[in-house]
Amino acid sequence: MSYFADAGTLARKDLLLELRSRDTVPAMLLFVVSTLVVFNFALPAGASPDAAYGLLWAALVFTAILGLTRAFAAEREQRVLDGLVLAPCDRSTIWLGKAIAVVAFLALAEVVALPAFALFFEPVSWELVAAVVLANVGFAGVGTLLAAMAAASRARELLLPLLFLPLVIPIVVGGVGASIADDPGRFLGFLALYDLIFAILSWASFEYVVAE
Amino acid sequence: MIVARGLGRSFGAKRVLRDLDLDVADRDLLVVTGPNGSGKSTLLALCAGLLVPTQGELEVHAERGRIGYLAHEPLVYMELTALENLDLYGRLYHVPERRERIGMLLERYGLWEARRERVAALSRGMQQRLALCRTLLHEPDLLLLDEPYAGLDTEGADLLDAELGGLAGTRTLLLATHEPERVAPLATGRLALG
Repeated sequence: MSYFADAGTLARKDLLLELRSRDTVPAMLLFVVSTLVVFNFALPAGASPDAAYGLLWAALVFTAILGLTRAFAAEREQRVLDGLVLAPCDRSTIWLGKAIAVVAFLALAEVVALPAFALFFEPVSWELVAAVVLANVGFAGVGTLLAAMAAASRARELLLPLLFLPLVIPIVVGGVGASIADDPGRFLGFLALYDLIFAILSWASFEYVVAE
Repeated sequence: MIVARGLGRSFGAKRVLRDLDLDVADRDLLVVTGPNGSGKSTLLALCAGLLVPTQGELEVHAERGRIGYLAHEPLVYMELTALENLDLYGRLYHVPERRERIGMLLERYGLWEARRERVAALSRGMQQRLALCRTLLHEPDLLLLDEPYAGLDTEGADLLDAELGGLAGTRTLLLATHEPERVAPLATGRLALG
């Protein structure tokens, strides 16, 4: 239980930091709404409704990148990660705590994004909501690992999207599929499997990312 | 406690430490001196396990959670308060009677009144005092102190003198400083780098 208590402590710290600084979530909210507004004007009249779902998923991916770019900012700027790494808790709790906070930030962005999508484009179905929830776990799991890797690099703003985008293509495939297919269950299952595999991989490899 | 043989560390083409042999026994207080860039901070980071040697061998006989590391930066979150930062570290280090220990350290280092202020609003000296509280919070067996007097005013430096006086002989200390005379009476050895 100590493992989850440590992860909870770290996640609570990230939520508190965001509550204080308001650095990340407001930017994510503005970005995702602005993107949907732009897409609203970019999509030709009479375009297929399926195209709108594709654009929604593109907006969600880029919003996730925006949030992840800031994920380790506080640790990087003050070298706090060194302090966390020296603590006797399992280092993967740093990943888990951060991933929980990222899921919360993404969920907040989507609480605004999905009604905006319904306003500009198509109604929001339960399949879409389920896909977004599953996608959040995938974005946060793999994205937190990559954000930690990128934070150690000088070219972090470039490195994170370059690493993140190819790895989340399956999430986009699953998300769009679950949004438009007649049989969304298959795609939701695919997203759940992705989450499981990449969460295990990220959890197991985080130690090597933060250790020199 | 610490044994190094032929220890070296390079950053790219730049070699910061080379061929260092070192023996630090339990409860020793080793003062590490040397000009800027001589490798004092690198040596402490190696002993903390934050860096790995690029040459030679280094053995540190202390568990990760039993090391107290004071770096140039305070290693605390600027947007959290002093109290929140210490509470975070206290939880992660599973410090018994955490609140009492934190309260005692904040009182001792003159931070009690400022405990609810964000670290970013504290002066450099107050941040250094907080960093010392963080380092000492879990009562580590091995203390790695990198320029502990940096930023401290006379009162803060006197507090640290008293703290070191109490720790010397009961803990193992590696202390990198440009003021070796300040801790000379407590030191069991001195390592001059560069």
